[in-house]
Amino acid sequence: MNGLDFGIVYESLPYLMQGLRFSLLLTVCAFATGMALGIGLALVQHLEIPVAAQLARGYVALIRSVPLILVLFWFFFLVPLVVGALVNGGRPVPIGGVWTAFITFSMFEAAYYSEIIRVGLRSLGRGQYEAAKALSLSTYKTYRYVILPQVVRIASPIILSQTIILFQDTSLVYVLSLTDLVGAASKIAQLNGRLVEMYLTVAAIYLAICCAASQLVAWLRRSHQAAINR
Amino acid sequence: MNPVPSGLPGEASHEKVIELDAVCKNYGRFRALDGIDLDVRRGERIIICGPSGSGKSTLIRCINRIETHDEGRIIVNGQILTEQLKDIATVRRDVGMVFQSFNLFPHLTILENCMLAPVQARGITKAEAREIAMHFLSKVHIPDQVHKYPGQLSGGQQQRVAIARALCMKPQIMLFDEPTSALDPEMVKEVLDTMVQLAAEGMTMLCVTHEMGFAREVADRVVFMDKGTVVECAAPSTFFTAPQSERAQDFLNQIIH
Repeated sequence: MNGLDFGIVYESLPYLMQGLRFSLLLTVCAFATGMALGIGLALVQHLEIPVAAQLARGYVALIRSVPLILVLFWFFFLVPLVVGALVNGGRPVPIGGVWTAFITFSMFEAAYYSEIIRVGLRSLGRGQYEAAKALSLSTYKTYRYVILPQVVRIASPIILSQTIILFQDTSLVYVLSLTDLVGAASKIAQLNGRLVEMYLTVAAIYLAICCAASQLVAWLRRSHQAAINR
Repeated sequence: MNPVPSGLPGEASHEKVIELDAVCKNYGRFRALDGIDLDVRRGERIIICGPSGSGKSTLIRCINRIETHDEGRIIVNGQILTEQLKDIATVRRDVGMVFQSFNLFPHLTILENCMLAPVQARGITKAEAREIAMHFLSKVHIPDQVHKYPGQLSGGQQQRVAIARALCMKPQIMLFDEPTSALDPEMVKEVLDTMVQLAAEGMTMLCVTHEMGFAREVADRVVFMDKGTVVECAAPSTFFTAPQSERAQDFLNQIIH
């Protein structure tokens, strides 16, 4: 085997960065949509809204017991069939890899975020709810201004940890032939045969980003602790 | 907006602002309230005392419907509290409450704590809410700490903020649920002083407390409860010097040492 040649990595950096940009975009979108959906799922359970609460519970249980890669496949192969059967007279409606990735990740993460938020909701003392009631705040405003800001703050270290996992999981879009960071690296590696260099580089990039994010988590945890002890 | 209640100390009007009629409340098989009858007139100051588990807190928590009663009738400001009452918020707007454990919102500053409900539930402007908040925070002697967070204040200061927060809604009735029980002894006085001041301004007050000195000073009537019933209801001079029931005598002996 020849020596390692990182010069070739340098040449392919622009393409890798393009892949990284997709990974980050997918992470940010899945985070935003997943959080919004997850808060909704947590709230209908917390407020014990009839039917919706049971549906939310079932959804979370289902998603959490299926591997992400399987959900990606389901979505990619089954949803076109279902949509086709519903609106296109039985002919499949392809939704494409990119949409599959964005929708699947959002829905998948929603289940995990909802569990985090739900635990956070339970951790808040009932005094906060009572004080908001006594001040005649509506249920919506109670959650919007009193409860959720505290829950998100309490849960922020766990939310960030989950988001780091999400970022790493985005590499699974490789199975949909999408060009994320790993996808970009493997495509180049197959062209030039420099697998070791490419995968080492990608690992280093993941390591750098995740370490930075972990530092952020640790910092958040410390400052939250400080805020409580203040 | 409702006017700030007027009236001079010791001059409760004849207008009833709260009526309780055979009110019962069960927690499973435990009967927390067992047929409570009580009328409160505007400007009246009522101290509720009794052994723990006697239903004192449950009683005042039913008045702003933080707890729901099971039987009987509660009328607050002319509104009957029932399941059918869609807009409980309108009743709650006129009834302020102060809790044993303060229950300030820890993620908001003192000023924001006081402005949130007036803006979000009363719908007044932020500028107006700020002015009202500063007024009441000055009254409870916290004007220079308004940008701090609750966790940065002492217990006594937090409870005074909680009183100011409730007053910012311009309530006509104030409920106090053991406001000094969670405080260090040296902080009890500052909170009681605030409440005495409030009483002197003619606020209608219902206060669950074991501070008998305070009761003597401000109460128009002392309500003594035991096992979910009102055992005695009398002027403080009568209650403290010549309690009628044996249970009230025992209770007073225990807390006065």
